[in-house]
Amino acid sequence: MSGKSLFEKVWSDHVVVPETDDTPAVFYIDLHIIHEVTTPQAFNMLRETGMKVRRPDLVLATMDHSTPTVPITDLGASLDAVSDPEPAQQIRQMVKNCEEFGIKLHGFGDAHRGIVHVIGPEIGATQPGKTIVCGDSHSSTHGAFGAMGFGIGTTEVGHVLATQCLLQRKPKSMAVNITGKLQPGVSAKDIILALIGKIGVDGGTGHVIEYRGETIRGLNMEERMTICNMSIEAGARAGMIAPDETTIEFLRGREQAPQGEDWDKAVKRWLSLASDPDATFDREIDLDVSQLEPQVTFGTNPGMVVPISKPIPSDTGDASFRKAINYMQVNADQPMTGTKVDVVFVGSCTNSRMTDLRSVAGILDGRQVADSVRMLIVPGSQSVKDEAEAEGLDKIFTAAGAEWREAGCSMCLGMNSDKLGKGELCVSTSNRNFEGRQGPGGRTVLASPETAAASAIAGVIADPREVA
Amino acid sequence: MEQLTQFTSATTVLAIDDVDTDQIIPARFLTTTTRDGIGKALFADWRYDANGKPIEGFPLNEPGAEDRKILVAGRNFGCGSSREHAPWSLHDFGIRAVISTEIADIFRNNSLKNGLVPVIVDKETHQWLLANPGAEVTVDVEACEIRLPDGKAVAFPIDGFARHCILEGVDQTGFLMQQQDKISEFETNRPWQP
Repeated sequence: MSGKSLFEKVWSDHVVVPETDDTPAVFYIDLHIIHEVTTPQAFNMLRETGMKVRRPDLVLATMDHSTPTVPITDLGASLDAVSDPEPAQQIRQMVKNCEEFGIKLHGFGDAHRGIVHVIGPEIGATQPGKTIVCGDSHSSTHGAFGAMGFGIGTTEVGHVLATQCLLQRKPKSMAVNITGKLQPGVSAKDIILALIGKIGVDGGTGHVIEYRGETIRGLNMEERMTICNMSIEAGARAGMIAPDETTIEFLRGREQAPQGEDWDKAVKRWLSLASDPDATFDREIDLDVSQLEPQVTFGTNPGMVVPISKPIPSDTGDASFRKAINYMQVNADQPMTGTKVDVVFVGSCTNSRMTDLRSVAGILDGRQVADSVRMLIVPGSQSVKDEAEAEGLDKIFTAAGAEWREAGCSMCLGMNSDKLGKGELCVSTSNRNFEGRQGPGGRTVLASPETAAASAIAGVIADPREVA
Repeated sequence: MEQLTQFTSATTVLAIDDVDTDQIIPARFLTTTTRDGIGKALFADWRYDANGKPIEGFPLNEPGAEDRKILVAGRNFGCGSSREHAPWSLHDFGIRAVISTEIADIFRNNSLKNGLVPVIVDKETHQWLLANPGAEVTVDVEACEIRLPDGKAVAFPIDGFARHCILEGVDQTGFLMQQQDKISEFETNRPWQP
């Protein structure tokens, strides 16, 4: 019998009732992260059926998706002044739901309000070996710690609130072996975009990916989160990375990390989670990143991506390709570099942490954002905001002409006040370039923080290796 | 959840691959705190122009589309976000089955919990369905097959438990609630606590 993979170890540790032909496994969830958008109907269900939240202590609640990224002083007139009525109502409903069901909410004014997938790790609630869900598909982010994180729908949010469990069939496994040293100007975002380009937006469907190899071992936790975050863009159920010393050093001393003797025990358990040497996977992929270039998307899904020095592929008559390049107003066989940029967005659960902000500051320092470009830099959490300001990064951003905002999902998904106008082109460090994702008619080019910063200065899509 | 055993309907065809949930329902419609009337937002940016006028030629704007229960879609339908608003809006519009060669994981899971049957078929059947919009197709959840106008039956995979819930019109929460004792036992006996 072969050894067990990281995923199999975490999976089997959480099976309450094994699956049979007739019924899926009853699967235990260690951490449930909730936000204002995908929970109201679940709380309504609890209310209508008289059910309680089984483990409010295992719920981490915040508000991020529909929140404004300009300062507000209260949830009344101040919120109404900067928000449409429906999102404002949703925010107030979240406060009410958390109060009614006994859940601590990291709301406005809290040091840890921010994007769900940023605050979990930063308070140390995200830990190796945990199962972590959220009504948000980028829950795969938490896999960077050797946790199993995955997105669920609102019905399932209700299941977890009521029972702390989900009904699950065991997914398949896939190993992605990443080797080679990254060139200067190339970062974790480029790795994951290149991988999605290689295997396609459905390349991981039905699978949990484990990212392995020397390149992964050399990345810091924030870079690993960027990679695991976009596992869902390859269709994967989750993406995981085995815990190591880097993971442990990140978690040491964090608010919700174990302390004292418990810490030592936990570390021992966490380090035992790595896949056994003889573990097997349903599928294996190799990716050498030693010659990898910065990546930019040209189409309307994250798999439509090219190395920045290369042209968009030729038109072979594929209907989806044509629809995409027509929407994007770009041409087959032409490079993306030189394309006029209207907006640059640095933020989202993919790239809004200190590593990302420092990279952007490194490029913007002493330079100016082009007059024709509006640049938004949105920290992933209040805590990231505080840390960036303590380092003086905000001064660099504003001196360069960028807007420095309050924490939130902001322009990643066009459901708060930060939206693209019709036809505007945005170089974005977020994760989805779907049609209208950042606002109706908006055009999104996904890229790394480095490429976003270089493009902000140039006013056109630009190669960060030529600026640095 | 409504009971579904089998139904017959003409199909609506959306012959586009990788249709993501941001297209099915754009994020700006997710600020609702209920599920009421959500079908109006279905494919909002493909169905309506900036003035709210229906865009001619979009399949869901064809006369009679609101009476059709089956959507035939391109490969990898429902990719992207976990928003359950996507199956809610399809269901509210009147769709009860989506047929494709591939349906994204989270969307498929969400659909099964809302009486929207995800039907995966082989490429040949899919090609025929894409080429024949309006074909009368029967989706038989009991027999786990669809039947084409010529009577040909094509089997589709569906999780046994999800099928049971759709056939009986019961949701899965009840089953989970019955497991509370086992869940308590698990919580007490596990070697570490979250």
